[in-house]
Amino acid sequence: MKCRVCRAPAVLDIRRHNAAFCSHHFVKHCAEQVRRAIKDHDMIRAGERVVVAVSGGKDSLALWDLLVDLGYRPDGLYLGLGIGEYSDASGHAARAFAQDRGLKLHEVDLAADFGYDIPRAAAATHRAPCGACGLSKRHLFNSVAVEHGYDVVATGHNLDDEAAVLLGNVLRWETGYLGRQHPVLPATPGFARKVKPLYRLGERETAAYCVLRGLDYQVEECPMAEGNRHLGLKEVLDALEDRSPGAKAAFVFGFVDRAHDHFTDAAGAEREGLRECVICGSPTTSDVCAFCRLRERVGSRAEHS
Amino acid sequence: MVLRNPRREVEMPGPLTVSALLERLDVNPESVLVIQGDTLVTRDARLSDSDVVEIRPVTSGGAT
Repeated sequence: MKCRVCRAPAVLDIRRHNAAFCSHHFVKHCAEQVRRAIKDHDMIRAGERVVVAVSGGKDSLALWDLLVDLGYRPDGLYLGLGIGEYSDASGHAARAFAQDRGLKLHEVDLAADFGYDIPRAAAATHRAPCGACGLSKRHLFNSVAVEHGYDVVATGHNLDDEAAVLLGNVLRWETGYLGRQHPVLPATPGFARKVKPLYRLGERETAAYCVLRGLDYQVEECPMAEGNRHLGLKEVLDALEDRSPGAKAAFVFGFVDRAHDHFTDAAGAEREGLRECVICGSPTTSDVCAFCRLRERVGSRAEHS
Repeated sequence: MVLRNPRREVEMPGPLTVSALLERLDVNPESVLVIQGDTLVTRDARLSDSDVVEIRPVTSGGAT
């Protein structure tokens, strides 16, 4: 295969674009997709402070690298989840990336700062660990961003993530979630703006970007995610994409362009009545926010064991 | 070749294309990168008996 742009030997083919790229033009392709996502959805405005949620995996490191390449100066935020060797390696990848480039990395450690980790949270709640993990990330990425005066939280959600979440939401007609699924969630009182600049790139592309740019990311999959629903949805979508290249992009981009607005009322209704959590002050629809309830459950279990 | 997640090594007689290799291993090409040295190889690339490649899954399943 030849590069679509320069006809040099290609290193990656992207069937949904019916194209292949050499290393140089593939990196440019990724930057262009991110630049377009930011521009189309007014994700980052001049002078705004941006923090990237960094896990040490391919998506967040690719995002951080691409934003720097596009001229932003984002800081990073790493959340230590306490998942054994996996978290040790993830933290190392995030720190090494920041150190090599002289970028600022905030670190929050669930165990040291909040008294629990993901394995203990999963045991205390008797639920899948990904639930406690997602809840902790959503809460802390926002609260740390607000605390440090960042305007924007950028996350590494890619096209495959968005397609899988969209499929899951559609299968259950989660209208509130559908109303909140968008490349950009505007800032509201107590919430920084949340943006997903990678939503136009598949995870095969973000992984390829890391390899070609020499970014040393955490390759191993989270051991607690094995067999979860999200992976099952991705497997279905990969099979569909293999038979019908472009299916995932058509699904996600079509939703964003033509369907999302039909669900914003449902999402708005769920946000009505937001008030401050009596414990941490974060916006919540009940007296105590879900994050503080999780901490209470883990703490209560520890006291009784 | 080296397969990741879980890590294991298998030998496959060449020559064969990357496409044929993935098909024989029943691996969906949408879910992996094929890495040779510090670069990537496309599906039409021909691999010989002595080539060493890594088939690296790209699918992340963590919390979103």
